[in-house]
Amino acid sequence: MLEQEAADYRAVNENPCHMCMPLGAILPFKGVERAMVLIHGSQGCSTYMRRHLAEHFHEPIDVASSALNEQGTIYGGEASLKKGLDNLVKLYQPGVIGILTTCLAETIGEDTARVAADYLREKRPPGLHLITVSTPGYGGTHSEGYFLALRRIVVSLTGRSEKHPAINIIAPHLSPADLREIKRILELWQVDYILLPDFSETLDGPLARPYKKIPPGGTRVRDIARMGGARATIQLGLTVDDAISPGCYLAEECGVPLYKLPVPTGLANTDLFMELLGQLTGRPLPASLARERGRLLDCMIDAHKHNAQGRAVIFGEPEIVYAVTSFCLENGIEPVVVATGSNDHRLPGLLKNRLEETGASPCFLREADFQRIREKSREREANIAIGHSDGRYLTEKEGIPLVRHGFPIHDRVGGQRLLSVGYAGSIMFLDRITNTLLESKHQNYRLRLYQAFYRPAGPDSRQEEG
Amino acid sequence: MAFSGHTELPVAERAAFIYTKGRQKPGLKCEADSIAGCVSQRACVYCGARVVLNPITDAVHLVHGPIGCASYTWDIRGALSSGPELYRNSFSTDLKERDVIFGGEKKLARAIDQLVEKYRPPLVFVYATCIVGVIGDDLEAVCRVAARKHGIEVIPVQSSGFAGNKAAGYRAACAALWRLIEPAGGMPEKKSLSVNYLGDFNLAGEVWIVGSYLKQLGLELNVAFTGDATYRSLKNAAAASLNIVQCAGSMHYLAEKMQESCGIPYLNVSFLGLEDTADSLRRIARFFGDHRIEQRAEELIARETAAVAGVIQSCRKKLAGKRAAVYVGGGFKAISLIKQFRELGIDVVVVGTQTGRRQEYAVLSELVDNGTVILDDANPAELEKFMLEKGAHLLVGGVKERPLAYKLGLAFVDHNHDRKHPLSGFIGAANFAREVCSTVCSPVWRYVHTPVPGARAGGAVWAAAL
Repeated sequence: MLEQEAADYRAVNENPCHMCMPLGAILPFKGVERAMVLIHGSQGCSTYMRRHLAEHFHEPIDVASSALNEQGTIYGGEASLKKGLDNLVKLYQPGVIGILTTCLAETIGEDTARVAADYLREKRPPGLHLITVSTPGYGGTHSEGYFLALRRIVVSLTGRSEKHPAINIIAPHLSPADLREIKRILELWQVDYILLPDFSETLDGPLARPYKKIPPGGTRVRDIARMGGARATIQLGLTVDDAISPGCYLAEECGVPLYKLPVPTGLANTDLFMELLGQLTGRPLPASLARERGRLLDCMIDAHKHNAQGRAVIFGEPEIVYAVTSFCLENGIEPVVVATGSNDHRLPGLLKNRLEETGASPCFLREADFQRIREKSREREANIAIGHSDGRYLTEKEGIPLVRHGFPIHDRVGGQRLLSVGYAGSIMFLDRITNTLLESKHQNYRLRLYQAFYRPAGPDSRQEEG
Repeated sequence: MAFSGHTELPVAERAAFIYTKGRQKPGLKCEADSIAGCVSQRACVYCGARVVLNPITDAVHLVHGPIGCASYTWDIRGALSSGPELYRNSFSTDLKERDVIFGGEKKLARAIDQLVEKYRPPLVFVYATCIVGVIGDDLEAVCRVAARKHGIEVIPVQSSGFAGNKAAGYRAACAALWRLIEPAGGMPEKKSLSVNYLGDFNLAGEVWIVGSYLKQLGLELNVAFTGDATYRSLKNAAAASLNIVQCAGSMHYLAEKMQESCGIPYLNVSFLGLEDTADSLRRIARFFGDHRIEQRAEELIARETAAVAGVIQSCRKKLAGKRAAVYVGGGFKAISLIKQFRELGIDVVVVGTQTGRRQEYAVLSELVDNGTVILDDANPAELEKFMLEKGAHLLVGGVKERPLAYKLGLAFVDHNHDRKHPLSGFIGAANFAREVCSTVCSPVWRYVHTPVPGARAGGAVWAAAL
């Protein structure tokens, strides 16, 4: 059995590999039509998260705060929360408000569900849905915050629904470009679907006039209401705990058959997605997708010898880490360190078969920080890193080049446009990885071979030219 | 356009924070808490303290709290170091639910032990976050015990997020700094031509630029707070004969304290823009009452002004008649920016700050033309409204504001923490002019105004109407 090293022994996190629950919970709301978020806590939380998200998506990220001060902390924040809701409605006229808690609100025992219910009873705002999510910063990472918010959206908005032929697609934390690619694939299959969340437009909007404070797009509330009557749910999330899984809720409460699939990055994972769509529709793989599959295989062959030299350190959210690790395995890249900042314990088990097939035996880290990831990467001689921007620390300290993938990408433009799902996305992702290996080899091979094989006549025999 | 009473503001309470010069009786509400639900851009107490202290290069900066606070501030400031790099790590006690219930003091003590053993720092700062203030961990006691145990200084920073806003964090940082620099055994002997530079964080080497100016005047830069400062250098702070204060918002409190307790007078200075830089150098020179120093200042000003005159002139030609909006953290920066824009032939038509003080707003109000909108703690909706109403061509702000400007089709200039080019001194003024030109005169705006190809006559109007 593969072992995973946890960080229980450690009193200090040195350079975090994860973020807090409310940050993750903001995103699903950004993928719901006319939704806004209010964070119940001190002013700084919403400001920091807005900054972090704005730097990744390069889009306005308007998130309100109840701006709890000392008085609210001592006497309770109900008045601040209600006032916050009033003002948010005046400024944005949203259809949905997600109310997220913070460490502070949770610890002083704020009952946001009760306050929200009171608010709706007192004010009767027409057509406004309030959805509360309990997201203490110490309760989990942004990955758990993301799925918990998704589940709360489904629980709050899905009612009794007639059966209908659409398929629910529950998406994990992917890029807007990935969400657009999934929609394109579904349209090629001619599948009627409800994608939740859908921030493909709201967090990567075109320049348009006039400017809208809440960008158009997102899953429609009336579609979420119908999710309970869908033919099936495809949840792109294997690592999600049942207790926070939207798909499990729809299966248990509404009897919607649930299929859990990995993120369709790589040939094998995309095949799984296509197989299932074939099963559910009774149709064959659309010809254009078949051609894309062939091109991916062609690309894998072109690059396989270069990739065989890759020793990868992979880090980030568990669901993404799972997809990237299996992607590396099918391309002959050896994963040597597989790390997540979350407390996920499923990864080694989920990857067991694929690892056994290839004989790879990576070191698994959970609740990892970058200090530990760095130590292990050096020990296992990683030569490529795949993960979010904070991995640039590995480049700086250990000279391991980084292929930016996931969230946050805050030191490059285009995080919102990175495409890595489906056959077409996998081609682009693989090219990024292979080219990074090629570049790294070119930069180092002269010196490496010189040091390995050249027998100098004297200590200073090699002169720099020019 | 009649918004003198701001009657059309969605949240009436905000009207007191907005003032149009020449249309209203003077007076602006500031230094108050943010209003709930209004999407304030402000940060929290912890943020204020962290940004001020973090540039101290050889200290361990340990955040006592859940992970988010450390995660969002890891290496956030582009503060440069001439030596140690320890400050570029983000250490956190990563509090979990269990710690919140049983208290985090033991974990904190272990965290300090582990970090001191591993990195042997001369100094540890321990930052309190919201949660620490609520669960009542005794930071003072833990730090005192740790200091005694390890024989180094371990300084608590009382920065619970909800206890005020960013300005309260500045005061907490100043209090922590004062504990560090207060001479233990009586006042040290004063060095006669020695200057402390307060309120510069050495973003892109700005402290080094100002340090070289002082040197050319025949003065010694004793220590800068806190850009490129070390434990050792800070310990000598009380020996200087003059404090010059750049970021008054963050350092005014400490300057007052040092005047009162160490007998060191201070001057408010600014090295943003040609006018303020020259003026500041003259006032520093005059302080020493030595005509040789004044002579050297005049020579430096003449030489450096001439060196950048060409750049400024050519930019001025391209920018004449443009209108700018400014939304920055503190009042001092806003004041300097207005003068700097004037040097470039640009009028400031909207100006706001997050934490400006009453006196600063009075100066701002004097400086600007009639009709300019001044606002405290603005939100995105207000920035949008006033920038469009006043016909601004560009916005100066931070990361959160950038996407809004771009979505509105406006140019943008970063005046934030992580920039990689200096904006201080004569060279900084030239960089600023170039940056303004690069965004205002970019060819991209031409295409924003170009009709969509193939659109029917009516369909093209949206782009042309901008």
